[in-house]
Amino acid sequence: MAGLYPAYPRQTLTALQTLASKETHRYMRIWVQTLLPPAITMTLYFVIFGGLIGSRVGPMEGYSFMEFIAPGIIMMSVITNSYTNVVSSFFGAKFQRHIEELLVSPTPNYVILAGYVAGGVGRGLCTGLIVTIIASFFADLNIHNLAVTISVVFLTAVLFSLGGFINGVFAKKFDDISIVPTFILTPMTYLGGVFYSISLLPEFWQHVSLINPIFYMVNAFRYGVLGSSDVPIVIAYTLILGFIAAGTTLSLWLLNRGTGLRS
Amino acid sequence: MNALSLRQLNKTYPGGVTALRDINLEVRPGDFYGLLGPNGAGKTTIIGTVASLVRPTSGNVEVFGHDILRDPWEAKSNIGLVPQEFNFNQFETVAQIVTNQAGFYGIDRTTARERAEKYLRELDLWGKRDAPSRQLSGGMKRRLMIARALVHEPRLLILDEPTAGVDIELRRSMWDFLRRMNERGTTIILTTHYLEEAESLCRGIGIIDGGRIIEDTDVRSLLTKLKSQSFVLDVTTPVNALPALPDFGVLPLDERTIEVEVRGEQTLTELFSALNAAGVEVTSMKNKSNRLEELFVRMLGTGNPEPQSETA
Ligand SMILES: Nc1ncnc2c1ncn2[C@@H]1O[C@H](COP(=O)(O)OP(=O)(O)OP(=O)(O)O)[C@@H](O)[C@H]1O
Ligand SMILES: [Mg+2]
Repeated sequence: MAGLYPAYPRQTLTALQTLASKETHRYMRIWVQTLLPPAITMTLYFVIFGGLIGSRVGPMEGYSFMEFIAPGIIMMSVITNSYTNVVSSFFGAKFQRHIEELLVSPTPNYVILAGYVAGGVGRGLCTGLIVTIIASFFADLNIHNLAVTISVVFLTAVLFSLGGFINGVFAKKFDDISIVPTFILTPMTYLGGVFYSISLLPEFWQHVSLINPIFYMVNAFRYGVLGSSDVPIVIAYTLILGFIAAGTTLSLWLLNRGTGLRS
Repeated sequence: MNALSLRQLNKTYPGGVTALRDINLEVRPGDFYGLLGPNGAGKTTIIGTVASLVRPTSGNVEVFGHDILRDPWEAKSNIGLVPQEFNFNQFETVAQIVTNQAGFYGIDRTTARERAEKYLRELDLWGKRDAPSRQLSGGMKRRLMIARALVHEPRLLILDEPTAGVDIELRRSMWDFLRRMNERGTTIILTTHYLEEAESLCRGIGIIDGGRIIEDTDVRSLLTKLKSQSFVLDVTTPVNALPALPDFGVLPLDERTIEVEVRGEQTLTELFSALNAAGVEVTSMKNKSNRLEELFVRMLGTGNPEPQSETA
């Protein structure tokens, strides 16, 4: 498998379809654990922060508080769900050892990666869609720029699926799959301008926010939906694409070395 | 061209355990080859390197002439692996497991379904096709792993202790199944602790101990070798003046010491009559320890179907 072009293109594609559909079945089969919780949590966010509290918070950047937080909350669920899906599915496969089904097969490493990422993106987008539908009951969301909205959410889902994959490769026990989501992803998302515009922050904290990549993604998505952003969206695209390139390279390198997979 | 050829294979695990030392092994197409050895001998490690679950420290592996690193698609497509421990998704159904495995080998969905049905029927699991795999009994789980290993119709089937923890009846029917597969042309390699299993199924046999292949032969010669005993005799006649003893294998050790092999069907009395007839006087005799026999005594100890202990 030296060249870029696969030696067995049709078979390689079949392997990819098989893995992607297996991954899709997995989160669909356990929808009570995967799709339902974000629907409930996000409904609560909308009711509490948007409805009850939001009515007392004035407009944010000229939008009602509900309108302002909806895009952030959608992105938050996409990020968490893409990441969680891949890290738990991949670690589960290692733990139960059925990852060996793939390792003994001729499925190339990049197909293994693509298959898991497809599962993560699928669940991320599915959740995103569910949350969007819920949000539309609470706020009028007229998509300002559809191309930006869709591309940002898709690329973000790819990026965090890759993140989940790398986490899954290194994870040795169940604790290892929740450390990053709990201690890194959640704080970064909350501080990434989901609930506020950074213009509300003291200058120092505005600068700190600018080193948080999630901040750019949330803002780019908010631009797609509302047409307003704290920062230029081209920075967001550059960051996301850069991280995707780095994440893909690292994942493939780990797979080729067999880290955590082949003794 | 060999079905499997291992050259100068070495494996030292990250923890420092050297599990394989200079393994050279050739298995011919159509063979039914047994790898016999005690716990921790390195059987699973050999199989792991062939199935690309273990990265060898050095050496190379070829399957039907395809190097597993250089032509992975061709090499891997020719191997079907039944691992020692259950390694399927506990939440997927029997049919999903087998059909998906076919997909990973690039077999389209329609063919995959047909093949899954064929092999699940052959292994008497078709009635369980929609059951989640965790609901199967131990014997059914083993058969599921066999069906999964066959779904891409590999030319080389490798089974790592397929009959461990399986009752006598199922063991017999698995033996019959494997014999039929072999008659239909599939090359089979299996590992086992049981000499009886190797004796009943295999033609070629390799004995592995401490990471080395200490014997690579056919079952018949192994049995002859196992049943023979060797003795070291001190004799009064100088070795070079000794008459021939045609019925026995005699090996001069030094001036007045010889080693004599007594095969299974011969007796010590026959040996001494022959020595007596030849006028050879024996002053002392020692039973030479037989490495193979010692190994088998040890294996009998570990091969008992006792609950798995912490031996690794
Ligand atoms: N992943 C691993 N990491 C470190 N050491 C290992 C690993 N797997 C096996 N070993 C060691 O390598 C040696 C050979 O083990 P292997 O599993 O190949 O033996 P085996 O012949 O299959 O034994 P058994 O009959 O018990 O299955 C043992 O000393 C074992 O402890
Ligand atoms: Mg073993």
